[in-house]
Formats: sequence, C-alpha cells, structure tokens
Amino acid sequence: MVEIKNTIEDDIITIHVIGEVDASSSIYLDESIKEATDKYKKVLVNCEDLEYISSAGLGVFMSYINDLEEKDIKMVIYGLSDKVHHVFQILGLDQLLKITDNRDEAKRIVNGV
Amino acid sequence: MASRKNIKRLLVTLGIISWLVMLGSSYLYRFGQLNGAPVETYLFLSKVSLIAFIFIVYLFYRIQISMQDVFNILDLLWKVFVTGLIATMASLFSSLLLSVLKENEHGRNPYFLDALYEINLGLIITFLIAAFTVWKRLILYQKSKWLIRLWSTFEYGLLGSSILFFSTLKLFDGIGIIVLILLIMCALVLSVNMKWVAYLNFKQKWKSILLIILISLYLGYFYSILDNYGADSGYNPVFDAMGLITVHSLFLFILTYSIFSILVLLFNLPTSSVFEQKFIEVVNFQKLSQSRNMGQNEEQVYEVLLESSANVALAKIAWLDIMDEEQKVKKTLYFKTYKLEKEEILKAIDHDRVKNIQSLIPTKNEKQKRFIAELKHEIYKSIFVLPMIIRDQPVATLTLVKDVKDGFSKEMIEIIRTFVNQASISIENYRLMQEAIINERYKEELKIAKRVQDSLLPKILYTNDDLEIAAFSKAAAEVGGDYFDTYKMNEHRLALIIGDVSGKGTSAAFHMSQMKGIFQSLVQVNLGARDFIIKANNALSNCLDRTSFITTTFFILDAKKKNFQFSRAGHCPTLYYSASEDKVEFMEDNGLGLGILRDSQFEKYVEVNEYDYKTGDILLLYTDGVTEAKNSQNEEFGYERLRHFLKVNKDKSAEAIKEEIIKTIYDFCGSSNLDDDITTMIVKVK
Repeated sequence: MVEIKNTIEDDIITIHVIGEVDASSSIYLDESIKEATDKYKKVLVNCEDLEYISSAGLGVFMSYINDLEEKDIKMVIYGLSDKVHHVFQILGLDQLLKITDNRDEAKRIVNGV
Repeated sequence: MASRKNIKRLLVTLGIISWLVMLGSSYLYRFGQLNGAPVETYLFLSKVSLIAFIFIVYLFYRIQISMQDVFNILDLLWKVFVTGLIATMASLFSSLLLSVLKENEHGRNPYFLDALYEINLGLIITFLIAAFTVWKRLILYQKSKWLIRLWSTFEYGLLGSSILFFSTLKLFDGIGIIVLILLIMCALVLSVNMKWVAYLNFKQKWKSILLIILISLYLGYFYSILDNYGADSGYNPVFDAMGLITVHSLFLFILTYSIFSILVLLFNLPTSSVFEQKFIEVVNFQKLSQSRNMGQNEEQVYEVLLESSANVALAKIAWLDIMDEEQKVKKTLYFKTYKLEKEEILKAIDHDRVKNIQSLIPTKNEKQKRFIAELKHEIYKSIFVLPMIIRDQPVATLTLVKDVKDGFSKEMIEIIRTFVNQASISIENYRLMQEAIINERYKEELKIAKRVQDSLLPKILYTNDDLEIAAFSKAAAEVGGDYFDTYKMNEHRLALIIGDVSGKGTSAAFHMSQMKGIFQSLVQVNLGARDFIIKANNALSNCLDRTSFITTTFFILDAKKKNFQFSRAGHCPTLYYSASEDKVEFMEDNGLGLGILRDSQFEKYVEVNEYDYKTGDILLLYTDGVTEAKNSQNEEFGYERLRHFLKVNKDKSAEAIKEEIIKTIYDFCGSSNLDDDITTMIVKVK
C-alpha cells in the first residue's frame, strides 16, 4: 500500500510517496500528480520512502511526460533507492524524466538555477 | 390409502350386517314370545349386535376423522351437524308415519314398529359416535401423555360399561350409577381441554357456537325420543337402548362438552381479535423469513414487508421508499395509497421537527434510527418512519400513517422492527446469492479468457540449424501480460520476441494480444530490429491506454552470418553467456518501452546492437516476474542470482536450462504464490 503526503513550500509542491506503488495503489499516485500538475508549475516527487514500484506505477509517471512538456511544468523525482532507480533505468524513463539524488539538487532544477 | 378405503367399506358392510342381525334377532324374540318359545338367546343376540354396531360405527368414524391429518374444525362440526340433521329428518319422518298410521293395522304391527325404532336407534347412534369422535379430536387438539392416557381410560370405560347391559340390574341401581358417575367425572375432566378455541378467528367462533348449539338441540331431541320411545302409542321395544350405560354416557359427555365449548367460545369472542392479530404476525414473519427460499426477488420481499407492517400497525396509509446506491428514492411501493396522499402527508409533517422524510434517513454511521411524530392533518394524526439497513447502508424507508393520535404502541413498533430486520436478512441473502451467481459467471468468463490466451502463446517454437530454443510462461492470475514468440523469416533468419505489458490481469492480457498481432504482422515485412521497434511503437501508440506501456526485446538471429541483432525497448536486459570468454553478462543498453513516447521522438531512443555468436553461447530472456520473484523473507530473486544460475547451468541443453530455472524459481518462492507473470526463453547455440 502507498501513502502520499503533499507539502507546499512557496510555489513548489512536494509529493511524498511512501511505501509500495502497485497496480491498485497507482491510482492514488495518479490522482495526486494530476492535482499537483493542475495547480503548480514546480513539482517535486520525494521517493526517499518509495520501497517498490510496479510497472503500473511507472505507467503513471510515463503518462505525464507529454503533459509536463506541453504545460511547461517542471517535475523532478528525487531520492530513488538503487533498486527503484534501476527499474526506471531499464524502462528508459530516466532519459525522459528528471531524476536526481537529493532534494536540494531537485529544488535547484525546478527553480531553473 | 387404498387399504383404508377398503377397511371403511368393510366396516360399513359389517355395520349394516350387525344392524340387520339386531333387527332379525328382535323379530325372532318377538316371534318366540308370541309362540311361547324360549327367547333369552335372541334378546342376548340383539343386545350383542347393538354393542357390535356401536363399536363398528366408532371404528368407522375413527378412520374417517383420522384420515384428515390437516383438518378444519368448522368442517368437523359441520359433519356432525349434517349427520344430526339426517337423523332428525328420519326420526321426524317416522313420527309422522306413525301418527298417520296410528289407526291403521300396520300402525300397530310390532314388527313394523321394531323396524322404525331400530332405524331411529341406528341413526342416533351414528350421530352420537360422529360427535364423540369429533369431540375426541378437539380434546386431543394438543396432546399430552396424561391426556391420551385419560382418554383411553374413558374409551375403555365406555366399552366396558356395556357389560352391565346384560345384567338384570336396573340402570340407576347400585353399580350402574357408580360406573356412570365415574364416566361422567372422567368426561368432565376431559372437557376442560379447549385449546382449539384459540385457533379460531372471530367469524369461525361464531359459526362454531351456532353449530354446537344446533348439535346440542339434536342431542336433546334424540334423548327425548329414545328415553320414552313409544310411551304414547303403547309400543314396547324389545330392549331399551337407554339401559345401555355407553349410550347414556355418550349423551351426557357430548352435552357436557358442547356446553363447555359454547361457554368458552363465548368468553373468547372479545379477545379473538388479539389472537388473530398475533397469528397474522407470526404468519407474516414466516413469510418474510421464507421469502428467500421461495426464490423471490427483492421487490416481492419489500411488498410482503409493507403489507405485513401496515396490517400489524392497522395503518391507514403506508408506503415504502426503496433507495438506490446513492440513497435516492428509486421506487415507492404503496399500500392502499396513492402518490397524492403521500405528498399530502409529507406536507403535513411538522416542519419544526423534521424537514422531510428524507432527512430521517440515517447516514452510514448512525444506527437504526426511527421516528414517530404527530401530523398536522385533519384525518391523519400520527406517522411512524423506520429505515431498513443492510450492511450499514440504508436501502429502504418504511412509512406508516394512522388516523389516531399516538397510534403506534411500543409493541407494534417492536414487531415492525422485527419484520424490517427479517426482511433485511432476506434481501441480504438474496443479494449474496446474486453476487455468488455473478462471481461464478466471472470465473467462467475468466476460464474462457485463459483458454484464449493460452492459444495465443506459441505451441511450436521455430528454430534453425544453429539454435536450440526452449520457453516457459506462467501467468500469476488466470490471464497475464507476458508474451513471447518466434518467427522464421527465411531459411536462416529467425525472429524472436519477449514482451511484458504493464499492469496485471485482464487489461494486460488484452494488450498482450495486441502485441501478438503486431509482431505477427510486422515480422512478415522483413524489417530490421530498429524498424520493427519503431513501427511497433507507432502501432501501439494508437491502441494503448494512457498509463499502459509494453516492454519488449526483439531479436533477429542469422545462421548464415552467425550473428544476432537485437533492440531492447525498456525490457529487462537479456542475460548473455559468451562461451569464448566464459562470462555471463547482462546486455544493458539504452532503450525505451513501447508506448512511452507516442510520437517520432521515440526514434531517438531506439538502439540496435549486433553480436557474433559462437557455439555454446546462451541467451536467457526473461520478464521481471523472474527477477522480482519473492521468497518468504520478502527477498527478490534478483539479477545476481540469475547470473549465478546461468553460470552454473551453462553446459546444459536449452530445454534442461528451462526446466532448471523453473525449479529454481519455484524453490526460491517456496510456498508463497507468484505475484507476477513469469516468462523465460532460452536460446543456445549448437
């Protein structure tokens, strides 16, 4: 199961994904990314506590790639564990999504510094 | 049953014979008396045949009445009444005949008078026995051990007392009177058993009273006839049947019980409506509990509930609002009510207390809330609303309206609540049953889907002279999203694919079948690996839903060039054993899953690699179900174990490696089930 917490700091929204994202819980991830990208231009996804992501979960991230570009939204994923990062890599998502190690770097990217 | 009928026929015949014997022996007695011959035997014979006649009639009625297992009290009383009526008509007719023939010679003929007397006697005894048997049935309406014992004693007493008939003693002398008193006492004790009265409704009680009064009148009339038969015409019967204590006791017993019954019926009249009400409640309750067994649908249960509740509450107006899932009224059932009346009453609700009926419906967390209020209406004065809840979800609201103030007593409310609860159970059961049926159907559908999907995976793997190929696939659920296939492009070129659809189950299975279609079409066109992946992505872009993608690795193995080219579209990197270097490695490179980019941008991310192969080389293709298979400690099988596995098993044939990998994965998972679909394909160079 997954728990998702949103925090807002200035004009940046952070989506904190905790636990496991599988086929059934990917709906919640989808909902919160949708909400965040509707309202904010700067979105951080904190995956420090993401233990596992299934292909359905990856599908959620994938489905926003075009949206981000069209709406000029900056979304950065950070704090992926090695295992989860590998999953992104195999699928090739690391080439399309901005993925960094830590929050500071992620913040710099969304702020365009 | 047929044998019972035969017995009845036999008894009727015996009855007639015994009656004829009685008449015949009376004639012989009279004839002998006239001629001064000894006649005691004939007297004895006629008395015996009278007793036999009584006994046979008794046996006949016993069978007649016991044949009706489910019986109607009024029917029984009616039968006694009709028997009495026939006997009375016959006896009146004989009196008439006598008075007409009084001056005639025949009118004084003793044989003729004997016949008339004995016809009367036979009919009266039949009536007495009929009444006796029916009374027995009523007394034993609710049996108890001692009651049955007492009744048997009474019956044997009646039979036994007939012995006194043959003595020379007068009836009311000594022992006769004692026996009579004992029998009467027995009859009195028996007569307090009036339980059947409670089961009659008001109307039936009145009818019973009437019938029993008429029966008592017959009784009096018959008694007067027998007691003093022929006194005015100077006729003296051969024997006086009233001298038989049995007959005497029968008269007294039937009369006593009749009087008791009439009294008890009369006293029960005022309360019978209460009993009727209770009885209706019980019946309704049963109806509600049984409705699910009768295969009724929900609406029929609601109808029974509405009708039962309205009847119990004696409501003038009642309706039942049936709610849909969003708790809006889906349908309203009315009990003797019209829509207009409902609206009129809704208007009359005291708006200080409640806005409308809807606001009375409890929300999910509230327990069964009920509501009683006064109405501001000229006719209708009180209203009672009770919601019906199934699995914390209000499904219906019952509204009852009465034309009196405070019309709903505590008891009524309790009963209605019981009805509502029972109906809830019935409806819930009905729904569970429906769900079970639907689930069963889904299971069947899934079985079909599984069969269809199994047919999509190749039965035969194509190969060429250089290669041996083995493959295995197993879905975690009935259907899965893994795919593999082979195709012989020409003599030496062999295409090979492995794929995995994102997500699981049915939706994945649909996309998997699309992938099969795409592979089978594109591979015919003889494309290179790069074009194949790009074209597959184009095709899939139009058919995959927003969040779905497919990972795949596509190989073309060429036996002529002794090489293979492949393109990896986001799929798990193939494990490659190089025999010349004796090394196992994952062939990691860049690549993007199909459907991730759905425009020409995708092409930028397509990579193709070429390798020359040598004898002993092994390609191990797999889906993430293999590397992500978990053991009981929640550890993943992982890439390292897979690499180690191939290293250890490199010398085996493709088929043996396949068997070994299945065994290894299942051993690793242990008792825990597969979470994901597992597919693997092994290609070994000969």
